[in-house]
Amino acid sequence: MTIGFAQSLKDSLTRTRNTVFSRIANLLGASQVTEETWDELEGLLIQADVGVETTLHLIEQLRRRASEEAILQTDTLQTALREELRALLPDPPPLDLGNRPLDVILIVGVNGSGKTTSIAKLAYCYKQQGRQVLLAAADTFRAAAMDQLGIWAGRAGVNIITGSVGGDPGAIIFDALQSAQARGMDLVIADTAGRLHTQYNLMAELGKIRTVAAKNVPTAPHETLLVLDATTGQNALSQAKHFQQAVDVTGVILAKLDSTAKGGMVFAIARELGLPVRFVGTGERIEHLAPFDADVFIDGLLGPTNN
Amino acid sequence: MFENLTDKLQAVFKRLGKRGILREADVEEVLREIRLALLEADVHYKVVKDFVGRIRERAIGAEITKSLSPAQQVVKIVHAELIETLGQPGRLELKGPAPYVLMLVGLQGSGKTTMVAKLSRHLKKGGHLPLMVAGDTYRPAAIRQLEVLGRQLEMPVYSEGQHVPPPKICANSVREARQRGYDVVILDTAGRLQIDDEMMGELEAVKRAVNPVETLLVADAMTGQEAVNVAAGFNERVGLTGLILTKVDGDARGGAAISMRAVTGVPIKFLGTGEKTDALEVFHPDRLASRVLGMGDVLTLIERAESTFDQEQAEHLERKIREASFDLEDFLDQFQQIRQMGPLSQLLGMVPGLSQMMDDVSPEVTDQQFKRIEAIILSMTPEERRNPRVFNASRKRRVARGSGTTVQEVNALLKQFRQMQQVMKQMGKGKRGLRGVMRLFG
Ligand SMILES: Nc1nc2c(ncn2[C@@H]2O[C@H](COP(=O)(O)OP(=O)(O)O)[C@@H](O)[C@H]2O)c(=O)[nH]1
Ligand SMILES: [Mg+2]
Repeated sequence: MTIGFAQSLKDSLTRTRNTVFSRIANLLGASQVTEETWDELEGLLIQADVGVETTLHLIEQLRRRASEEAILQTDTLQTALREELRALLPDPPPLDLGNRPLDVILIVGVNGSGKTTSIAKLAYCYKQQGRQVLLAAADTFRAAAMDQLGIWAGRAGVNIITGSVGGDPGAIIFDALQSAQARGMDLVIADTAGRLHTQYNLMAELGKIRTVAAKNVPTAPHETLLVLDATTGQNALSQAKHFQQAVDVTGVILAKLDSTAKGGMVFAIARELGLPVRFVGTGERIEHLAPFDADVFIDGLLGPTNN
Repeated sequence: MFENLTDKLQAVFKRLGKRGILREADVEEVLREIRLALLEADVHYKVVKDFVGRIRERAIGAEITKSLSPAQQVVKIVHAELIETLGQPGRLELKGPAPYVLMLVGLQGSGKTTMVAKLSRHLKKGGHLPLMVAGDTYRPAAIRQLEVLGRQLEMPVYSEGQHVPPPKICANSVREARQRGYDVVILDTAGRLQIDDEMMGELEAVKRAVNPVETLLVADAMTGQEAVNVAAGFNERVGLTGLILTKVDGDARGGAAISMRAVTGVPIKFLGTGEKTDALEVFHPDRLASRVLGMGDVLTLIERAESTFDQEQAEHLERKIREASFDLEDFLDQFQQIRQMGPLSQLLGMVPGLSQMMDDVSPEVTDQQFKRIEAIILSMTPEERRNPRVFNASRKRRVARGSGTTVQEVNALLKQFRQMQQVMKQMGKGKRGLRGVMRLFG
């Protein structure tokens, strides 16, 4: 991906670093580890939305290591923390894209998480990489959602298939896949209406969309990406769980990481569900997307390494 | 996954043994559970700290009454304190000279545009003449989104397209409202980060231009720890008068509401509970408190039930339960009524503990099972429904055939029904009865 992406990620993470987590750096400067250190550490992880369970788990691991490895200084503890956090975000295999004539990416998520915007960013990014991208505007439900994606398609310079308002999203996916095959395009990215993961009929509808995709393109969708809003708290885990159950999510796009939120819930999502983060959204513009890099992400949380 | 706080505390008290009065050491362990429960509900770390401090004061030495278990007693204290923190529901303050301007602000994707339409509809019902204003000139098709909603509601939307600065559009809209006799103006604004200085400056300019009676922060119920910074940031720049919590129909515990309320001190005015424009509810602090504690939203469930079941039916049902004479006929009745109350999946989410169990029981499957169960009972004769004991192999085969199910399914249903009767017998014996239990936390 282009330098612009990495730069925007760096910018947003610098902002992240400058807020809460920078305090870990101070806190973990090079002083003695005391009970207070543990308390503060807990507070900082919780405030980054890492969640109670994962925070307690991390602290337990660190306490054990602290006694086994005789960690007395806070800077050594910081290194250990970095390792533990990193261990929760194992590097996934590359995205399953580019291995066949036509790739299909399905984008899902709750209302307002950033799906449509993320699709625009993905389309722009893959188009820059020389791929023939077609968008399927299958959010037929929300007012003007298809217009929204249409405007983005224009900005990204890619084609789009839309349908009638209130129509069958499956039909739009079908049209898009047919059209992509006929026109020799190699990547379809499908938008879907936002839905709360507790709405079982709507979740079942997503299942149908998948079936339509698989019927028209073997093994499609090849990637099903869940868009999570970085400002979401512990509910993100519930979202990921339900979407994974319903449509076999393969990865996460963490949008709005340019906000003051830290996105700490992805640790629990990776730990409990094994879902990797694939991209992060770092702003509202079309180039504000970056591939997820666990080291950069953790660097952003903890501040630069001391060595 | 999160267990109900009551269950957790029950476990703690079991370990502590049965004592009449809470001692300080016991209290610390109990407070830890409370603290974790609130953190899991996304209440802000520091807000939780303050809160737990207040609970400590109230709990130490508190008399444990006989009617409640110690766990219930503590939960009751926590619940009451939460209600206090959440404060009373606020109403829209439409005072001074009309037109009254309401300005909706918030982060990207929090649900402002939809909320503009909901409020507009709500106010129209209350006899007002609202004008909606498309003040989000940034997000692609945001103007169009509001226009479509306006058309659906057959209510006016003021727009000047996307090339006029929002403060100007908003100022013009108020003039227009005055001229045309609209008495309320509801401004949609673009979502923005509270740290985006330029965009926040624009919001200040809008506010100066229109002098709103209400500046409402629209926030997602799923928001995490950042809720405090968001609310504080907006409050500092534009001075909030109220909070609106959206997407409350999901399963988020909604601790963000407590954080935002604690940091701004402004009242919560409405809840958004669905995508449709009529999905707007007034805020009940007691319900939200229960929800934050993971106790489900029993009160909303009861309210729905009460509006679906009439009083007489309810009494009839209660009598049946008490007398343990509840039969399959009643079962079917209940079944059909419950289905009128809304999608099963939504109802299940309101029952304490059930939303957690739903990880295992897929309500999607349950909805299907619902239909099959109904079919099975409908294929029974009235005699069979009243007295399921008459079922023999040939009757079961007949019912299975008639309902398009299998004998196993018929058997399973009959077994479930017997178990249910057992539970009801137990409940019928309890002094407080069903309603009493449910009211416990009201
Ligand atoms: N700041 C910021 N805003 C974003 C980002 N991604 C999306 N948004 C905004 O979030 C809002 C909702 O996005 P949209 O794509 O319509 O969400 P959808 O309902 O999930 O399709 C819009 O105002 C977007 O501009 C991001 O990475 N950063
Ligand atoms: Mg969308």
